[in-house]
Amino acid sequence: MNLQSNDFELFGLTQKFAQDRAALDARWKDLQREAHPDKFAAQGDAAQRVAMQWSVRINEAYQRLRDPLKRAAYLCELAGSPVNAHSNTAMPAAFLMQQMQWREDLDEARSDAALGALRDNVDAAQRDLLHECATRIDELRDFPAAVQSVRALMFIEKFGHDLDLAFDKLET
Amino acid sequence: MALLQISEPGQAPNPHERRIAVGIDLGTTHSLVAAVRHGVAECLPDNEGRVILPSVVRYLAGGGRDIGYPAQAALASDPENTIASAKRFMGRSLADVVGADKLPYRFADHAGMLGVLTVAGEKSPVEVSADILATLRYRAEDTFNDDLYGAVITVPAYFDDAQRQATKDAAQLAGIKVLRLINEPTAAAIAYGLDNASEGVYAIYDLGGGTFDISILRLTQGVFEVVATGGDSALGGDDYDHALADWVLAQTGVETVTAADKAALKVAARACKEALTATNNVALHADFTRASIHFDVDKSQFEAATAHLTARTITAVRKALRDARLSVQDVQGVVMVGGSTRMPQVQAAVAQFFGRAPLNNLNPDEVVALGASIQANQLAGNNTAGDLLLLDVIPLSLGVETMGGLVERIVPRNQTIPTAMAQDFTTYKDGQTALAMHVVQGERDLVADCRSLARFELRGIPPMAAGAARIRVTFTVDADGLLNVAAHEQVSGVQADINVKPSYGLGDAQIAQMLQDSFATAEQDIRTRAVVEAQVDADRLLLAIHSALDADADLLDAPERAEIDAAMQALAEGRNSSDAAHIEALSKALAQATESFAAQRMNRGIAHALEGRNIETL
Repeated sequence: MNLQSNDFELFGLTQKFAQDRAALDARWKDLQREAHPDKFAAQGDAAQRVAMQWSVRINEAYQRLRDPLKRAAYLCELAGSPVNAHSNTAMPAAFLMQQMQWREDLDEARSDAALGALRDNVDAAQRDLLHECATRIDELRDFPAAVQSVRALMFIEKFGHDLDLAFDKLET
Repeated sequence: MALLQISEPGQAPNPHERRIAVGIDLGTTHSLVAAVRHGVAECLPDNEGRVILPSVVRYLAGGGRDIGYPAQAALASDPENTIASAKRFMGRSLADVVGADKLPYRFADHAGMLGVLTVAGEKSPVEVSADILATLRYRAEDTFNDDLYGAVITVPAYFDDAQRQATKDAAQLAGIKVLRLINEPTAAAIAYGLDNASEGVYAIYDLGGGTFDISILRLTQGVFEVVATGGDSALGGDDYDHALADWVLAQTGVETVTAADKAALKVAARACKEALTATNNVALHADFTRASIHFDVDKSQFEAATAHLTARTITAVRKALRDARLSVQDVQGVVMVGGSTRMPQVQAAVAQFFGRAPLNNLNPDEVVALGASIQANQLAGNNTAGDLLLLDVIPLSLGVETMGGLVERIVPRNQTIPTAMAQDFTTYKDGQTALAMHVVQGERDLVADCRSLARFELRGIPPMAAGAARIRVTFTVDADGLLNVAAHEQVSGVQADINVKPSYGLGDAQIAQMLQDSFATAEQDIRTRAVVEAQVDADRLLLAIHSALDADADLLDAPERAEIDAAMQALAEGRNSSDAAHIEALSKALAQATESFAAQRMNRGIAHALEGRNIETL
């Protein structure tokens, strides 16, 4: 175990997509109990520096492991199929059609209920894609296919963010 | 026969080894200091038994000053030189302060932070805060008849980098070692969590004199995890006073003319607001230079005049819950903090939103200081059995300016700290050899709408085609929520590190000057103080390494051990020197000699955390 270990090694977890969130959270807290700078507050600069490095590294791994999208992208990268989100944006036509429909719905939504209904649709699509991701990574071990699911999830996450902004705007 | 002494479980064995560590709530309207005594957190009273210190400092001609109650009493009679609510000015320029024209002060505007012109010269909000902190420090030292080891100081969760840095500067000026800056709602949660052994998701609604914070926390077995935080660093009880004052002026048609009028109206409005928490109808009375006001205010009228303020807090609560991806039903309890939550309409609005009565069983004025003292006691090493752990978040996103005045976000808000995040940038023109970085904080997309934290330049990039350079910018946010930025060109290895502080806030030279002027050090020569501080730090380090060796010396081979022993001996002998720089150099050498030991100890700790739990790796 060192600062260069991958996230799964650092957290003592099997390198796969399906993870138990409660176990992950508990492990994060166990690790921070050992490494957090507060544990070394009275122990001098050298100990503080090491604690800061480890604590930062543990938080970085936790951010990636707990977010299913980031975790899937990370697994693809570890398996030699990086997502390259910026250079490769080709998506299936049907998926793009649905995105355009959502954008139109978002532009027209004027009420909390309308935005809420859209949110439910987006959440359902996200659940389906995450399920697809789990199958492609853990069962089929087909990482190039999993990369496709990850890209679709990235679109959905971006849309979810815009949806949050629309909720904010409605309130102010 | 000598009696053997047995210490309380979890407490340092020798009472003389106990370090005096306090929690300080540096509030907009009042401040408190608390400490853990005999295992119980309590606020420390002044000579007259009062725990509250009004956050007011009056500067007198000739350099004297009144702090606390005597200053508060002079608010109406000497408004220009009596500074209240200085917390609202921390890390702020004049343009940032909403309603500055309604305040009785003469301001000096500066790019970083405003100043207030008094009969004793210009005073920075940092100096005003330092005077308040020093008063609390003396109170603690008198109480324990011992030097203060350090303090945990609370700040609103929503404070940005400049405001946090200003608070830390004030502590330095007051001669206080800051063990940690922690967020006020988190401190309140500690006080509640430990008192009531609570588990689950809690919302902390903190409406103080000048700031509003909402934090959503998850409590599990001594771990306080902040899930999301939000609020408004310019919304508090003061605004209720102003809204009431404005409404009364509009009703009566009376106008305030002088600074004394403004101050008198503010004092009267505040008294009226406080009376309305207990009764339904109160007269607001104020005497001005040319007129006077005597006007009956109904509770419902006060509520109507301030409803927009209460509504703003509820909007922020809704947003924080959304950030946390939680709903109202997930929240197990709502803790009320801050004197302004005594207003019945605030209690009612919160109860209505959450569908449950909020928790009020601790004194809302004291709860923040109490929680901070519990954390301070643990950080000072007095409570070795304690397993309290705070996992706090950064309240506002951090980013850099890119082409067209847009913000590229590097650290998103609500990220657990400490954290480090990096982003790669490249050059815009062929042969470009320098890059100007502008660091900003805020949620908006345009740089102009965010707070500017620092500007710096990365120079000496070898000429390359546009887009060929790889400049990695790393943002590191420490456990206090303070930022450091490093930029590194990966092809050539050119590097630039900045501590965000000097380009904003106060420079080190300014702080040194203020130290010279400050009453915290009036009787002490600056140099003596530097030597004493270097010696204290040296002793602290020696003690820490002794205990690390007691626990884990087996990790070291003979040459490593010899190197550490030599460095320890050099420092133990050199600490009596009267040359602060010499002592600091020896301390630094010892820290360096123990670097690899510290890393090995950490590895052992991490391995221990994972030991016997890797069921899934089979």
